Amino acid sequence: MSKLAPVLSAHWDEADSFTLAGYKRHGGYNAAMKALAMAPDEVIALVKDSGLRGRGGAGFPTGTKWSFIPQGDNKEHYLVVNADESEPGTCKDMPLLMANPHSLIEGMIIASYAIRASYAFIYIRGEVVHVVRRVQQAIADAYQAGLLGTNIGGKGFDLELVLHIGAGAYICGEETALLDSLEGFRGQPRLRPPFPAIAGLYARPTVVNNVESIASVPAIIEYGNEWFQSMGTEKSKGFTLYSLSGHVTNPGQIEAPLGITLRELLELSGGIRAGHTLKFWTPGGSSTPLFTAEHLDVPLDYEGVSAAGSMLGTKALQIFDETTCVVRAVLRWTEFYKHESCGKCTPCREGTWWLVQMMRDLEAGKGTPADLDKLIDITNNIAGRSFCALADGAASPIISSIKYFRAEYEAHLTHGGCPFDPIASTLFATAGRA
Amino acid sequence: MAYSSEQLAIFDSIIARYPRKRSAIMPLLHFVQSISGYVTSEGIEAIAAKLELSTAEVTAVSTFYTQYKPGPVGEYHVGICTNTLCAVMGGDAIYEAITEHLGISNDETTSDGKVSLERIECNAACDYAPVVMVNWEFYDNQTIQSVKDLVDGARAGNPPAPTRGPNSLRTWKENSAVLAGLTDGLASEGPSAGAASLLGLNLSKEGK
Ligand SMILES: Cc1cc2nc3c(=O)[nH]c(=O)nc-3n(C[C@H](O)[C@H](O)[C@H](O)COP(=O)(O)O)c2cc1C
Ligand code: SF4
Repeated sequence: MSKLAPVLSAHWDEADSFTLAGYKRHGGYNAAMKALAMAPDEVIALVKDSGLRGRGGAGFPTGTKWSFIPQGDNKEHYLVVNADESEPGTCKDMPLLMANPHSLIEGMIIASYAIRASYAFIYIRGEVVHVVRRVQQAIADAYQAGLLGTNIGGKGFDLELVLHIGAGAYICGEETALLDSLEGFRGQPRLRPPFPAIAGLYARPTVVNNVESIASVPAIIEYGNEWFQSMGTEKSKGFTLYSLSGHVTNPGQIEAPLGITLRELLELSGGIRAGHTLKFWTPGGSSTPLFTAEHLDVPLDYEGVSAAGSMLGTKALQIFDETTCVVRAVLRWTEFYKHESCGKCTPCREGTWWLVQMMRDLEAGKGTPADLDKLIDITNNIAGRSFCALADGAASPIISSIKYFRAEYEAHLTHGGCPFDPIASTLFATAGRA
Repeated sequence: MAYSSEQLAIFDSIIARYPRKRSAIMPLLHFVQSISGYVTSEGIEAIAAKLELSTAEVTAVSTFYTQYKPGPVGEYHVGICTNTLCAVMGGDAIYEAITEHLGISNDETTSDGKVSLERIECNAACDYAPVVMVNWEFYDNQTIQSVKDLVDGARAGNPPAPTRGPNSLRTWKENSAVLAGLTDGLASEGPSAGAASLLGLNLSKEGK
């Protein structure tokens, strides 16, 4: 039996997979009609029982999040889908929306109905014009077909869906910064509590979910919980998109049951690029602590990755082989966090600036081994003491890389600079040799 | 430059999308860029007037986001990903070679106004590294030579088509209009998915 489970990606190889006709050919929007015939609370209960957890990074149970929305409060409720996808390494939501935007729209109809929202938003990053076009068209076609707007499918449910397009700011993926941005402000995180479920968009009860989380809902409604729970592990149910990138023979999206290991994914897909060996990797984007070859058999589910000292995050498996300098890699990520720090709180705004200075010095071979301890100390004073999780993300690559590769940092000091040849790690190097 | 009545009607249609009008500020800024190529002071003033905000409030939002440009960029704005994964896979080498080839560096534009250059962060296409974006369209699996050809083509008015995008590359201003939420009718052009997006699907069809 196949170890893989293409559900969301099952028809991406069809030329019209992104159209309404292409989606309907495979039963598209049946699940929405089924859900609209249920009571909203039944839909919430079903999604809760399924065990579906957020695919945007934190893994919070989706149905539970929906159940936090107060009912009978006579306020507007909102659903906001997070399509900001900017965590380095993460590249699953954009191909999903390019190839199958209707799965998200169908999921949004179901989720909005369940939480009694009549207005929903997709907040998509702005640097992906063609993905924007596909989503725009899908929304227009859904309106045309009576799947959005008033009295959807003749079932008496009304839903307006607005596509909101970002403008280049990683922090707007953080859900409260996203809400501020959507309200027309600078995208800076809010103090919590109150949580969005109580006071979110326009201070109204709001659910914020990742694209993949919501796009997974129609299949759950359609095929049921027994089917969904037949995949995955005890506390991490179902299927998910793993994104393999970097020094592998075949990079790409692989949809598989939760709990598959990197070893299995590499065996299936052709392994590390020829003639090279695995050095380090991220299990879920740059904000998740690095793993090494000793973690090849860690089950890639929420618990398995946590138990091994990292986080499942966005399942962005960025693979680096032995040609890659870990100090260079971590410095570049650190520069990213500094660039993307929103400036709201001092530890992160000032701290990420200092981390870059220290990392640059270390990469250039300036300093002493004692500076490594100072770096760890400063990093630990930024993580956990800042306003939002961006700063924790900035700390992850630094702390984990020193843990596994302290000797490599020290080699920069004794060598008086980077001992690696950056050209050896490029794709052109392989092409040249072949 | 005063905005035409058609343009002001588009301002209003953008505002009408939202339950509260201040939410329209971001698409309006994209719309201003689609007219002028960057965020002009006229644009800021017009948005402020429409949304009943001060120009300082609009400017504060505009300057927060990197896609809003304070001055003109090229007709073809080239973003080379130099975040870690792309950088390691060749993005750094591409960036270096292209700055030398064009004689410009980060945030600069060629003297003919055709091509501007920006080091960009991760663009959610890591399985296609090294990635280059032109006017925010995907150019996947790039090499130094392919990007040289790309920028040379752009300067000659004949850029190659994006890898996963429309059949031909639109200008910076044209694509800014799409980001303002206006449609250009090109959604059905280009593939459903690139090869890397289909990796798992194809493996499962092979019975793996
Ligand atoms: C700095 C930062 C960036 C984030 N970026 C994203 C993002 O691009 N997409 C996303 O879905 N979640 C992102 N998140 C997580 C969101 O805050 C939120 O947890 C998520 O959208 C909830 O959706 P889920 O429960 O369906 O996973 C980010 C968090 C932080 C701290
Ligand atoms: S931790 Fe960084 S990104 Fe988050 S609020 Fe503070 S300054 Fe902004």
